[in-house]
Amino acid sequence: MYAQMVKSTGHAVRALEDMEPQERAFQERINAGEKIEPKDWMPEGYRKTLVRQISQHAHSEIVGQLPEGNWITRAPTLERKAILLAKVQDEAGHGLYLYCAAETLGVSRDELYEQLHSGKAKYSSIFNYPTLNWADIGAVGWLVDGAAIMNQVPLQRTSFGPYSRAMIRICKEESFHQRQGYDIMMKMAFGSEAQKRMAQDALNRFWWPSLMMFGPSDKDSIHSAQSMAWKIKLNTNDELRQKFVDQTVPQAEYLGLTIPDENVKWNEERGHYDYTDPDWNEFFEVIKGNGPCNKERMDARVKAWEDGAWFREGLMAHAEKANTAEAAE
Amino acid sequence: MKNEWPLWEVFIRGQHGLAHRHVGSLHAPDAEVALKSARDVYTRRNEGLSIWVVKAEDITASSPSEKGPLFDPSQDKVYRHPTFFPMPEELKGL
Repeated sequence: MYAQMVKSTGHAVRALEDMEPQERAFQERINAGEKIEPKDWMPEGYRKTLVRQISQHAHSEIVGQLPEGNWITRAPTLERKAILLAKVQDEAGHGLYLYCAAETLGVSRDELYEQLHSGKAKYSSIFNYPTLNWADIGAVGWLVDGAAIMNQVPLQRTSFGPYSRAMIRICKEESFHQRQGYDIMMKMAFGSEAQKRMAQDALNRFWWPSLMMFGPSDKDSIHSAQSMAWKIKLNTNDELRQKFVDQTVPQAEYLGLTIPDENVKWNEERGHYDYTDPDWNEFFEVIKGNGPCNKERMDARVKAWEDGAWFREGLMAHAEKANTAEAAE
Repeated sequence: MKNEWPLWEVFIRGQHGLAHRHVGSLHAPDAEVALKSARDVYTRRNEGLSIWVVKAEDITASSPSEKGPLFDPSQDKVYRHPTFFPMPEELKGL
């Protein structure tokens, strides 16, 4: 998802009886549904895994502004432009809520930025695909934000208090994002032949990367098992992907568009749609940095950070000067 | 790293006469910028009528590990709750 491949301790989950008393008390609080707060004792692995997961999520929100920001100046009407601007501004807000949640675990904002800019930290693979035409903005809202909601709704119940509270705020704002995307898709799909072709083309290109957002199957992963025991992951990747497919297929049918997978078919026995897995080799290549836009995204992000340095430093110098003057009075 | 903007905690009072409530935090160089950023980050949908920002380092917090002894004095005073006193059912207004 927005945090696709988070490594935890690398150890199998331990049984309560095998834990030291402090860790056992911690796990029992989680099992009882209590929230863990920043100053509470927590195992080092819990802290590290959460920092990784929350910061990946935050980075994804921030980098996610770039493919959409690309269309702000070229939106087809003033209204669409205002809506897209508001949506992209929300993404910045979501990144900020999440960075703050990560910082309560003892990592600084500058460290988090440094990890993103140096390539040490990951962000969602989906944002390394280009947005080539206006229908792509519809597909991103509909599919990408739709997939994000699928993952974020359960995360509102995650065990770490600040993360849970950030997710609650984010979820409140997210359905606007998905609906504005579907609204664009309806306009395109019910428009001229050329518009309909663009809508189908956008779906064709975003379908597979959207399925990849949930990450490879993790039903046998020890990282996922530990994260689930800690309640910082609530569902397996396959469960969420299936839910997404089940939700999206009828929405595509309503638009009169075709999912680019001939194996998509209702399976009466399972009570779910069957579908083909995306090409995981492509996914691993994109994660490694070899996607169509990895370099462009990071260059844009680093440039924005570096070009803003004089401004950040100037405001800080002004604040320090004002403090000194006040102290001298 | 030394130039990182300090952290501020943000409190918002909403529409319905409730007290200011903690909503999150943000980095800003000074109080003025913190207020403006708080408006952009935490009230994009009309959530607030008033904002407080407080430097995070100026907040003194109780320690979770001491919550036992800290809150202990209120544990054994059940008579502070009205339900401690059973009242005859036929009476009204009590």
